[in-house]
Amino acid sequence: MIEFEPVIGMEVHVELQTKSKMFCGCEVGFGGDPNIRCCPVCLGLPGSLPVVNETAIEYMTKAALALNCTINKQSIFHRKNYYYPDLPKNYQVSQYDIPLGVDGWLEITTNGQVKKIAIRRVHMEEDTGKLLHVEGNRSHVDYNRSGVPLMEIVTMNPPPPGLHQIESADEAREYLQRLRAILVYLGVSDCKMEEGSMRCEPNISIRPKGQEKFGTKTEIKNLNSFRAVYLGVEYELKRQEKVIRAGDKVIQETRRWDDANGLTAKMRSKEVEQEYRYFPEPDLMPMRFTEEHIETLRASLPELPIAKAARFVSDFGIPQSDAEVLVDSPELANFYEDCVKCSSDAKAVSNWIMGEFLRLINSAGITLNENKITPELLAGMLKLIDNGTINRNMAKIVFEDMFSTGRDADKIVDERGLRQVNDESAIEEAVNKIIATSPGEVERFRGGEEKLMGWFVGQVMRESKGKANPATVNKLLKDKLS
Amino acid sequence: MPDELYRLTAHEIADLIHCRKVSALEVARSFNTRISDVDPKVRSYITLTPELAEQQAIAIDEAIERGDEIPTLAGIPWAIKDNMNTRGIMTTCASKILDGYKPVYNATVVDRLAKDGALTLGKANLDEFAMGSSTENSGLFVTHNPWDLDKVPGGSSGGSAAAVSADECAFSLGSDTGGSIRQPASFCGVVGLKPTYGRVSRYGLIAFASSLDQIGPLTKDVEDCALVMNSICGKDQMDSTSLDIPRPDFTKSLRNDVKGLKIGVPKEFFAQGTDPDVEKSVMDAIELLKSLGADWKETSMPNVEYGLPVYYIIAPAECSSNLARYDGVRYGLRSTKSTDTIAMFQHTREEGFGPEVKQRIMIGTYTLSAGYYDAYYLKAQKVRTMLRRDFEKAFEEFDVLITPTSPTVSFGIGEKTHDPMAMKLADVCTIPANLAGIPAISIPCGFKDGMPIGLQIMGKSLDEETMLRVAYTFEQNTQFHKARPNL
Repeated sequence: MIEFEPVIGMEVHVELQTKSKMFCGCEVGFGGDPNIRCCPVCLGLPGSLPVVNETAIEYMTKAALALNCTINKQSIFHRKNYYYPDLPKNYQVSQYDIPLGVDGWLEITTNGQVKKIAIRRVHMEEDTGKLLHVEGNRSHVDYNRSGVPLMEIVTMNPPPPGLHQIESADEAREYLQRLRAILVYLGVSDCKMEEGSMRCEPNISIRPKGQEKFGTKTEIKNLNSFRAVYLGVEYELKRQEKVIRAGDKVIQETRRWDDANGLTAKMRSKEVEQEYRYFPEPDLMPMRFTEEHIETLRASLPELPIAKAARFVSDFGIPQSDAEVLVDSPELANFYEDCVKCSSDAKAVSNWIMGEFLRLINSAGITLNENKITPELLAGMLKLIDNGTINRNMAKIVFEDMFSTGRDADKIVDERGLRQVNDESAIEEAVNKIIATSPGEVERFRGGEEKLMGWFVGQVMRESKGKANPATVNKLLKDKLS
Repeated sequence: MPDELYRLTAHEIADLIHCRKVSALEVARSFNTRISDVDPKVRSYITLTPELAEQQAIAIDEAIERGDEIPTLAGIPWAIKDNMNTRGIMTTCASKILDGYKPVYNATVVDRLAKDGALTLGKANLDEFAMGSSTENSGLFVTHNPWDLDKVPGGSSGGSAAAVSADECAFSLGSDTGGSIRQPASFCGVVGLKPTYGRVSRYGLIAFASSLDQIGPLTKDVEDCALVMNSICGKDQMDSTSLDIPRPDFTKSLRNDVKGLKIGVPKEFFAQGTDPDVEKSVMDAIELLKSLGADWKETSMPNVEYGLPVYYIIAPAECSSNLARYDGVRYGLRSTKSTDTIAMFQHTREEGFGPEVKQRIMIGTYTLSAGYYDAYYLKAQKVRTMLRRDFEKAFEEFDVLITPTSPTVSFGIGEKTHDPMAMKLADVCTIPANLAGIPAISIPCGFKDGMPIGLQIMGKSLDEETMLRVAYTFEQNTQFHKARPNL
């Protein structure tokens, strides 16, 4: 039976979080009443003209550089002409054959293998308005979104030598996650698929293993989360294989992901294949970049997630898996690094942040910046653990208290009496008590049930209200029970 | 004197106002009365705003009373070609598809002239969406040439030119894409100037062909032209194609002096079809300049013959895209014939656009489509560059180029409407300046059978100053600009 291999191309649109729109001064916002963030330009009123938002260009150039693209020294806008009610001018100002950035790549590591996914182009365009279909065969148009700066990133299939393409649903998902991380680090977009600030349209085909020619591809729309992208790609790959094995042909079409039912469905077919009649936008000047300007922007790029994770591994000696969690957002990574500066046990800090800290932040539903724990506070608590003032059980209590009150560990330990009991004679008293009141368990332990040690430790800890030094408890129990 | 205020030039009126010999209100009333008297015959105006003009005049008079600084064009009434946005005042582009449309903002030039104290008389008629050479393509009505009411005023700024010629305003603004200011200026015996592309903001000018359109003044004499240019020129943040360059005081060019001036006379502008009387007037004008100290020489610009076909590929292409927005969704006409979106677009545009506009949209759509873009649009843009180089080369040798504005004088209403090619040939002398982006002016230089003849002076890019100086000199040594039609 022939084996098939998948080929996946990704077309991603990202809304830039600039203050104003791509070609006018209207605010880029979210929500609110319809048609409140509009002006003659983004409404395409007669006589209006576009003026480029330079911050949008800067954001996009940084993104293209972070994606290892070559920046075209001269780049122009084109008009993409088509009729639709959410497109006020019935053309979209976009880019065609001379986009801002070309020939880049994005690194992913699925299943331990590093792949550099080839990116064909990064270009600039303006978003459209939103159509709302209401009963009675009527439609309303909201132009708040019209003119918002949109960055389009397209992969290259097949990739040039030395680079790769996406070949599984896993890789597709990771590609999006890595792309998002980079763009969030650059501060150019919040990349929220659920809110539409990041949109993905994969195109998918399969071919017999080893064949060079691509199979017929389909495009999927309406994927609103990374999870949906994974599921959608998986589903479509299986569907296409089924179609081909049944002797049929895959039809080149756009399919809609149906999240509720977990499948892709044929979309209501659009009219004839659109012809866009691209021509250079006469109302805008070409963008020109000097080598100096590009290098200045390149130098201004922050340390990106992959590089940062690698540095955490080499400088702090934490495992790669830890580093990848910690670099998930720039705020978290900076917080981690600040904590490591204050204390010195990078691994301990990592454990507390990845574990208790993230758990508390998520359940409280607050942001990192809103939280009360500072690097100094965390360092203070770690010191108390190190010098035996508190044990791990108590530390958890202290940490939770610190999180909700912002008080330092010393204060909490004192006020709540959480000091570890190190006094051997006091512990011995507790041990003796437990042994005396648990003859059955003692006999069973001495009879060979070594697992009961854990029970004994637990009982002594409970007796000491969790404060006994666990090492001492273990030592004394071992002595007395043997 | 107050009765005949409408006969005066803008600078004459300005002098009277500055000397407080006449009030702005008297000026406004004089023009409003003149309009009621003659516009039923001439039909320059689509929309009249007499009350607004008088309100603005009263405000000017009050400011002058208070001792405020008097702006340069204070109390000077003007007409606006109806393809420039005026907030709250109907703007139609002489098209049914903009039926009832009232813009929510002013074109930048409208704001600038208002700031300089000019009074708004109304919106002038044009060929629909500025497409045409006679104003017969107006979707509303035809404007008549004040020199002979059975003849066309030229186009597309026919209303603007006729209004100046008939003393229905002190000056007007038109727009010029292939000659639409200069050709009607020459047909109506007034001055019409197309600035260097990028001198004047296009924000608020309802676009026809973006890389060719420019707004410019139509006036009774060259001095008025310089005054209006001073007001409307200059960088506009709202127009990315407006040039960020210093704005000269164009009145400093008003010197009676052409000594040492080198005039080029490109023979391709005197092609077959040029009326011999027109040619004679133009050559007489050139000889007059020579007698005043200039030098002239015949020259050749071989790519000029491609001007017309290149224009009729580029302009329709850009227009097909610029006019795509008229779809009935948000403003203007919406056809009641259909219940689904695409059908609504189609019916609205079918009902709303006139035949010339439809023809150009179709040609433009065709030349941009896959398989044809390279052969037509791209090729045309390359030939355009060659034409621009012809001009650059010519201006290495000459200071200005002088040609007829139009191969003929005005023609009868209805005479050329059956022959679109003949109509378009009227633009053969004016189109090259738009393609090259250089400034060009038309001034009256003679008459044939009672109809005005226009002299075109083209200058180097950004050299309106030399061009104005030549025009002023010619004017100072002739009387053609003083002639007025008998209305």
